[in-house]
Amino acid sequence: MRLTAIWHNRIFPALKSNVRAASPSPSPFMVMVRKEMSDHIRSWRFIVLLLMILLTCFGSLYISITHLPEALSNANDPNRDFVFLKLLTASDGSLPPFHVLLGFLGPLLGIGMGFDAVNSEQNNGTLIRVMAQPIPRDYLINAKFTGAIAVIALMFVSLSLLLTGLGMIITGLSPSFEEVLRIAAFVFICIVYVAFWLNLSILFSVKFRRAATSALTAIAVWLFFTVFYQIIIGMTARAFAAPAGSRGSYMLQKFLVTLIDIAPGKLFTDATSTLLIPSVRSLGPLSIRQMQGAIPSSLSFTDSLMVVWPQLTGLIAATIVCFSISYYLFMRREIR
Amino acid sequence: METPVITTRQLCKDYGSLRAVSNLDLEIRKGEIFGLLGPNGAGKSTTILMILGLTEPTSGQVSACGYDPATSPIEVKKRVGYLPDHVGFYDNMTGLENLCHIARLNRMKGDIRNTALRFLQKVGLEAAAHRKAGTYSRGMKQRLGLADVLVREPEVIILDEPTLGIDPAGVRDFLQLIRELSREQGLTVLLSSHHLHQVQQVCDRVGIFVRGSLIARGDIPSLSETLHQGQPFTVEAEISGSTAPGNPPVKEQLLALEGVSDVTYDNGKIQVYCSDDITPVIARTLVTSGLDVSYLCKKEYGLDDIYQRYFEGNYETNRNMA
Repeated sequence: MRLTAIWHNRIFPALKSNVRAASPSPSPFMVMVRKEMSDHIRSWRFIVLLLMILLTCFGSLYISITHLPEALSNANDPNRDFVFLKLLTASDGSLPPFHVLLGFLGPLLGIGMGFDAVNSEQNNGTLIRVMAQPIPRDYLINAKFTGAIAVIALMFVSLSLLLTGLGMIITGLSPSFEEVLRIAAFVFICIVYVAFWLNLSILFSVKFRRAATSALTAIAVWLFFTVFYQIIIGMTARAFAAPAGSRGSYMLQKFLVTLIDIAPGKLFTDATSTLLIPSVRSLGPLSIRQMQGAIPSSLSFTDSLMVVWPQLTGLIAATIVCFSISYYLFMRREIR
Repeated sequence: METPVITTRQLCKDYGSLRAVSNLDLEIRKGEIFGLLGPNGAGKSTTILMILGLTEPTSGQVSACGYDPATSPIEVKKRVGYLPDHVGFYDNMTGLENLCHIARLNRMKGDIRNTALRFLQKVGLEAAAHRKAGTYSRGMKQRLGLADVLVREPEVIILDEPTLGIDPAGVRDFLQLIRELSREQGLTVLLSSHHLHQVQQVCDRVGIFVRGSLIARGDIPSLSETLHQGQPFTVEAEISGSTAPGNPPVKEQLLALEGVSDVTYDNGKIQVYCSDDITPVIARTLVTSGLDVSYLCKKEYGLDDIYQRYFEGNYETNRNMA
């Protein structure tokens, strides 16, 4: 939250002008970020994406609220104390819970906001005009990323606050400190996940001159990871099936499971379900011996965070890799 | 002579095996309007991009306003305004907003809005200031582009094909505007074009650029002299009746005349290049040789012809190379 406040002050210095009477003119980078943000907020594309996310959000909220009483009265459920986490995860099966839906919509949001970031400027002839201004070249691509991610962060933070607020009004309860932490961590992971897809689509927008090509390529990558990736790995697993029980079979199984686990969508679902369902204790396969004697109870927030640490670092790493490649390509390219 | 604002020394730029600019030596003085003339693909835009530091030269040096664009592009861009050939604006913003955005990117102080409005007025766009830039016509965009360059108050402005896609009346107004602004504010202007006619109206000096090298430079009268080197006149004659193709029948006689430097024969027409106006002598020679002259015309070289000739020459060389 403090970060948002700092951003806000940097981005909208005019609001503070009465405090600092002789405020220097804003840095060109902030001017560009501000322009990107206002472009996003005013664009139809963002409004449509926002409406879709709002619809999902309230649809799943409605379903979880109607099923809240039975979910909370289930004495065997170790998560029954976490009312607000239940709001985000409870479902009767007619609509997937909110965090699973975000796993689908997040990529769309990221791709939608980034696929024409650089190539549209180039095709409109604005890129070279901006490059002829006395600003370093990387300002443009940094501003594209910062502007989009600021809008996304703003959206997710306000959405989660809205959800929590609605939950408070409807249930009459207030969230515990741990729930607040978990929801904050969930929002952070959502932002990182969307940032990954955003960077991937910015990468394609640097690489491909036509916006349609870059959008299609980004969507193809998304489809590949959501649909075909698992199928291909499953087929490979069957093709190389070693005799069951042998050491080789175990190693291969482990390797293939790891491959499935590193798909970005899987990283996101794993991380968010662990954070939002405190009783999830491990994401990998557990042996019977490890399960023996375990009491079905919830983990503390730090323990859940430990479980998802690899997922979290993986997502952040993928985001940074995508951004570095697009940065490199952008700095090297002829801007004509 | 005043100190040059932009100088290039032995400037070269290669794109793969293609040499776009080769060994360019250029000097642009303070306060002058310099026209860079040349056909498409001659390397004009590449040269401009190198002056701005948007492309790195393969070899050679550039200096603009005392800075090297390759090492300190930002200092150069602070002082040099650039209007690209296909200038574009943010279509969802008004002309005024586009201008204010650029002014802010340049860290301009004070009342940006009023400054921007003043420049819009200067280029005659005050009526369209609050319209979205997407609705602007080509000529209006070009004017907005000029305002966009001027609002930063640069020392030098570089215009790449500024007359492209504007109708003739618009071109005249636009160039007139550039000239006025240059004289008013002592701006140095470098403009590139492939329309000699348009450029000769406003330029103090021009340079003709063909295949990456500058083949001639100077003010227009001296340029015309350089380009003709003793052949300012051409007499064209057509002979009726069947004559063998190849050499004209009277080539030796014609070459023997005083002042004739070359004789060519093409499509039944004889071209005689000469240093003085000796049309009557040529006519007499042809008639006394017993040829039926059906057409005789004295051509004085206009700048356009010069230009045409050089570009055709360029085309020929290209074809020979291929």
